[in-house]
Formats: sequence, C-alpha cells, structure tokens
Amino acid sequence: MKLLEINDLHASVEGKEILKGVNLAIGEGEVHAVMGPNGAGKSTLGAVLTGRPGYVVTGGSITFKGRNLLEMKPEERAWAGIFMSFQYPIEIPGVSITSFMKSAVNARRKALGKDEYTPAEFLKLMKEKMAFVKMKGEFAKREVNVGFSGGEKKRNEIFQMAMLDPTLSILDETDSGLDVDALKTVADGVNALRSPSKSAIVITHYKRLLEMVTPDRVHVLREGRIVAEGGFELVEQIDNQGYDSIR
Amino acid sequence: MDEHQLLKDIAEKEYGEGFVTDIRQEFIPKGLNEDIVRLISSKKDEPEWLLEFRLDSFRKWQKMTPPRWGHLSRLPEIDFQDIIYYAAPKRDEDAPTEIDPELKKTFDKLGIPVGEQEALAGVRGTTAVDAVFDSVSVSTTFRKTLLEKGIIFCSFGEAVKEYPDLVRKYLAKVVPNGDNFYAALNSAVFSDGSFCYIPKGVKCPMDLSSYFRINAAGTGQFERTLIVADEGSSVSYMEGCTAPMRDENQLHAAVVEIIVEKDADVRYSTVQNWYPGDKDGRGGILNLVTKRGICKEGAHLSWTQVETGSAITWKYPSTILQGDNSTSEFYSVALTNNWQQADTGTKMIHVGRNTRSRIISKGISAGHSENSYRGMVRMLPGAAHSRNYSECDSLLIGDKCGAHTFPFIVNQNPTAVVEHEATTSKISDDQLFYCNQRGLSPEEAVGLIVNGYAREVLSRLPMEFAVEAQKLLSVNLEGAIG
Repeated sequence: MKLLEINDLHASVEGKEILKGVNLAIGEGEVHAVMGPNGAGKSTLGAVLTGRPGYVVTGGSITFKGRNLLEMKPEERAWAGIFMSFQYPIEIPGVSITSFMKSAVNARRKALGKDEYTPAEFLKLMKEKMAFVKMKGEFAKREVNVGFSGGEKKRNEIFQMAMLDPTLSILDETDSGLDVDALKTVADGVNALRSPSKSAIVITHYKRLLEMVTPDRVHVLREGRIVAEGGFELVEQIDNQGYDSIR
Repeated sequence: MDEHQLLKDIAEKEYGEGFVTDIRQEFIPKGLNEDIVRLISSKKDEPEWLLEFRLDSFRKWQKMTPPRWGHLSRLPEIDFQDIIYYAAPKRDEDAPTEIDPELKKTFDKLGIPVGEQEALAGVRGTTAVDAVFDSVSVSTTFRKTLLEKGIIFCSFGEAVKEYPDLVRKYLAKVVPNGDNFYAALNSAVFSDGSFCYIPKGVKCPMDLSSYFRINAAGTGQFERTLIVADEGSSVSYMEGCTAPMRDENQLHAAVVEIIVEKDADVRYSTVQNWYPGDKDGRGGILNLVTKRGICKEGAHLSWTQVETGSAITWKYPSTILQGDNSTSEFYSVALTNNWQQADTGTKMIHVGRNTRSRIISKGISAGHSENSYRGMVRMLPGAAHSRNYSECDSLLIGDKCGAHTFPFIVNQNPTAVVEHEATTSKISDDQLFYCNQRGLSPEEAVGLIVNGYAREVLSRLPMEFAVEAQKLLSVNLEGAIG
C-alpha cells in the first residue's frame, strides 16, 4: 500500500469540472513533482487533498495511510500528517507567529493523544526551526503574514512545515516569485524533511526548485489529467521545449 | 464542514458560571416604593443624609421614563414592582464575622480569592478583592495592608459608616442622582459595592478588584462603586461579574463614579461575563450601567472593557476631561452571540485645554445578535488644542447578526481636532481554512482570529485578566462560523 493513492479523481469548482480522472500514487519517502501549465488543475489537486471548502469531489477516491481521505475534515487531514505550503499565505492580524504555531502544534498533539508541549519545549522547537529557515528573533512576535514580503511569506510556510513535521508536504507553487536565497530555503526545507517515512508533492512551473530537490518522479498535469510521467528528463524537456511538446 | 451543526454547538455551549449557591438568604418584599427605600436604608443602618439622598433619587426616578434610544429591540419592558431590591446571605449567628463556607466555596469555584492566603498563593498574584454577593459585600481582602499606606478599600456600606465625610464629599458628584433613569434607580436602592480612596501621592502597591455575583432569583443587583484617586496618586482597578443561568431576565443597574484628582492616574478594567441567556434568547442579565469619571488637571483615566455576557448591555463608561492637560482612553471589546444585544461606547467630554482622548472599540457579532458602538466626543468652547482619535471596528461572524456604529461629534473650539475611523470586516473562509489546514478546528480558528482582532484592547488589561478575557472570547464564540 502506498502512502497516498489517488484513483480516477474528478473534482469541480463552482460546477465546472477541473480534475477529470487523476491517478497518482506516492510511496513513503518519495518526492513527486507535479508540473503543468496555468489552469491545468495543479492547485485544485492541492485543494482537494487538503479538503478546501468549495472544491467538490464528483468521482474517484483518495486514500492516505489506508484511510479514506475524502471523509476527513481539513483539520483531521492535518492531524494525520498532511501539510500544504500555500501559494497565497493568508494574513491573520493580531495573531503572533508564536501563538499561531503554539495553537497548531498543540492541537495536533492533542488530537494524537499526546501531551501538549510545555512552554519551554515549545520555545526550544521554535528557536531551532527559526534558525533553520534563517528567521531572526523578532519574527516570532510578528503577526502571521501581516506586512510580509512575498519571500517572507514563503519562508514562513516552510518554517511552519518544519514545525509541524508532516508525513506528506504539498508545496503549491512555493517557488513562484522567489529570489535565489529564498528558493534555497524552500529547497533546504524539503530536503531536510526527506526521510524514508516522509513524502512530498512539489507543485511548480519551473525547473529551478526541482534542480535543488531532485524529485523521484515527475507528473505532468494538463486539462485535468496526468498526461505524462517520468523522471527528471521530463523537467528538462518542458524547460527546453515547453508543455506543448508533451502530448 | 456543517455550518449549522457548528452554530448549534456554540449556542449550546455551557455557561461555566451558571450554577446556583444554595444558601440561606434574607429577602425584603418585592416591589419598589418609599417604604422599600427606607427599609433598605435601615437594613444598612444608614445616616439620615444618605436616606434623604435615596428618597430624593427615588422621587426623581418616579418622574422619569426608561431611555429607549439604544439599538436594543430585545430590551423588555421591565416591571419594577416585580423585583426584589435587597437579598443578603444570612450570617451564622454563632460566628458572625466568619465568611460562610458556602459563599467561600462559591467564590473559590469562580476562582476569586476571598481569603488573603489564597490570594497570596494564587495565580492572580496579590490583588485585593471586594467580593459582592447579591446585595452585600461578603469579604474585602488586604484592607489592613492597604490601610498602612493610607489606602481605603472596603465595601460601600462600611465606607458610609467609617468614612462618612469622604463618601458624602464625593458621592454623586460625577453621576448626579437624576442623571438618567437607571442611575436614579440605583441611587434610590443601591445596596453595596466598593469604595476606594488613594491618598495624595500614593501609588497603590497592588491591583484592586471588585467581583460581583448575582445568586438569588427574582432579584436585581444595584451596586455602587466610588473610586477617589487624590492628587498625584495611582491605582489599577478591575471588575468582574457572573450570575446563574435562569429563564427570567435579571436586572443589574450599577453606578461607578471615579474622581481623578490633579496628576492622578486611574486604570479601570472590566471583564463582564454576566449570564447571556440561552441559545433561544431566554433569560440573561439586563446590564444597564452608568460609569463615569472626571479628570482634573493633568490627570489620566483609562477604561478597558471586555463585554462578553448579558442578554442586554447598555453601558457607556465616560470621562469628563475637566482639567487642562488631562487625558483619557476607552478601549473596548464587545462580543455578542445568539440573541444578545449590546449598545455600548463612551462619551469623552473635553472641557479643559490641551486635553486628549482616544477611543478604540472592537465589536464582534455572531448568531442573531446586534452589536452597536455609540459614542460622543464633545469639544467644549474652552477645549483649545484638544484632540480625540476614535477607531471603531466591527467584525461579523455569520449573516444573521448586525453591527452598527453611532458616533456623535460636537466640536465647539476651532483649534480642537477630532478624528474618527471605522471599519467592518468578516472572518474570511480563507483565514479559517488556513487555520484548519494547520490542524486547528473551526472553533479554535475562530477563537484565535477573534483574539487577534481584539489584541490591541486585550493587551491593555492586567496580565491575569487578559488571560481570562482571551478564554472568554474563545469559549463564547466556539463554532460561530460565517
């Protein structure tokens, strides 16, 4: 059994079918890239996997760790170990990164029947992960995504990913619009999470990030279907000849 | 997610302080007339001048009608003859000075330290507490410690007996007994409350607080608080309140007066958690309160309130900036849910030169509730170079609630500046989903977002109070998804 199995997935947004029979399986420890032109359904796939309201599954199935993912609420999916780095991270005014993360980390621990972290344990974890994404001390006190630059927002997503230590990370165009340094932080984040039990889906347009994380498998999504699968050579082909070269 | 189920869950959320204390209590007959006023006064063994004050207030009240300008469609016609105006726990005759164990248990359950040992050991730090149960103050802690610095902190009843000159000098000087319908009623029938005097130049070494508990059925609570900060002194004062769950409305009509003398500093904080009524709008406290302070030259008064309870809230903590260079602030978070209605705000009356005031109001409405900010900023002709800044924000949760802003501005001095800003927002689905994706349930997400929204005000509260207020905001909103 694979960690994640997507079978013949159909999904609609506002009555319009976006995913038209997606098949995708991700094993433990694997990093998969999902590439595709604008409007192919890449972000929809991420939204459906995380249970975003408004994305209606009209057919097919998704199992995660053998459980029917589609029956789980968004927060239950998070507790089970699914994390998404958002393409457009949301501002939460007045809520500090510290209190946001403390609530999130402890909510998951509680759901898994573990004790909440003591303040000391939590702060130690914060410090460690902040150092990892190269964020300074005042970062912890800032309001979630409020007044953040594009790069800071993405770093913050990677920071949260590191804090929550997910089994399956979904990076939804996390590399878009990033400078080289920020891109490296994202890549380091994904690579650091790599282990025989951790997996990731990297949704992207570009070769840059994939060069740094070297995916185990590459999928090309077009018009709601996976139209090609392969290794890094697919990335090269798209980079050189564009999506139209893949049929 | 099933929005209806969530809204239902929140509505059925238990009010944790809704229990009743089974205790022997003394009541006077129902109803209100001059004899009842005299009876209350005699129960309290009051001097003649205070009885005269009460009777004068009663006569004024009789000629008045309840104000109807609040945006409070659910405020019922109150039958003032159907209320018991005095209820007191019976003292054990063998040990008349001891606090009744049942009462102590009640306040323990509420987390209010009525013994000094508990207070010293407790998480609240050393806060002196005046605990008021229905019509009487049952305990005031740290009286002796405070008195060593000349600070008087006791029940209103004790103050009348022990410091009659002080009480007489300041009573009704900020809120005259004919000020408004409910203030007149309070002046006629007030039973107990807290009195506090900080002498010249003294900084009060600990926070002072009053805790009000309504217990008996069919009664009203009419407490009176009088705080006097003499020249150059300072004090931080906190007020909390709860009541049992009952199907009938209960009336709470309090008066708070604060006198801030030259260069003195008073910070007054309230966390109001009266029983709000059930999910269908049955029962709950009618909270009709007059709070006002006066600032002399260079004095400072700040009001911070977190209003989460009561079926009806009608309350406008206000400041008269009489002295030159005096300053005042009003920081408010008002949360209404289910069928609650709140009409709350402030009045800043600028009399002196170079006076400054600041108003930050955050309204949060959910369920079928109505939440209104009502404020007046007035620059009198002498208020040269004075300034006010007001910011009124409303947050809506769901689509059946209302948020309203009624600002009144009168500027009679050309050098005075008044600024007003207002915003209305909703918790967005994107914000909720972002939190859900991180593992927060919708309830936790709303609690977090609302606390963030209210942070500017919550950060003004004393530490222990802020923690309590944060919890209340989350609990009172669990599941209210828009």
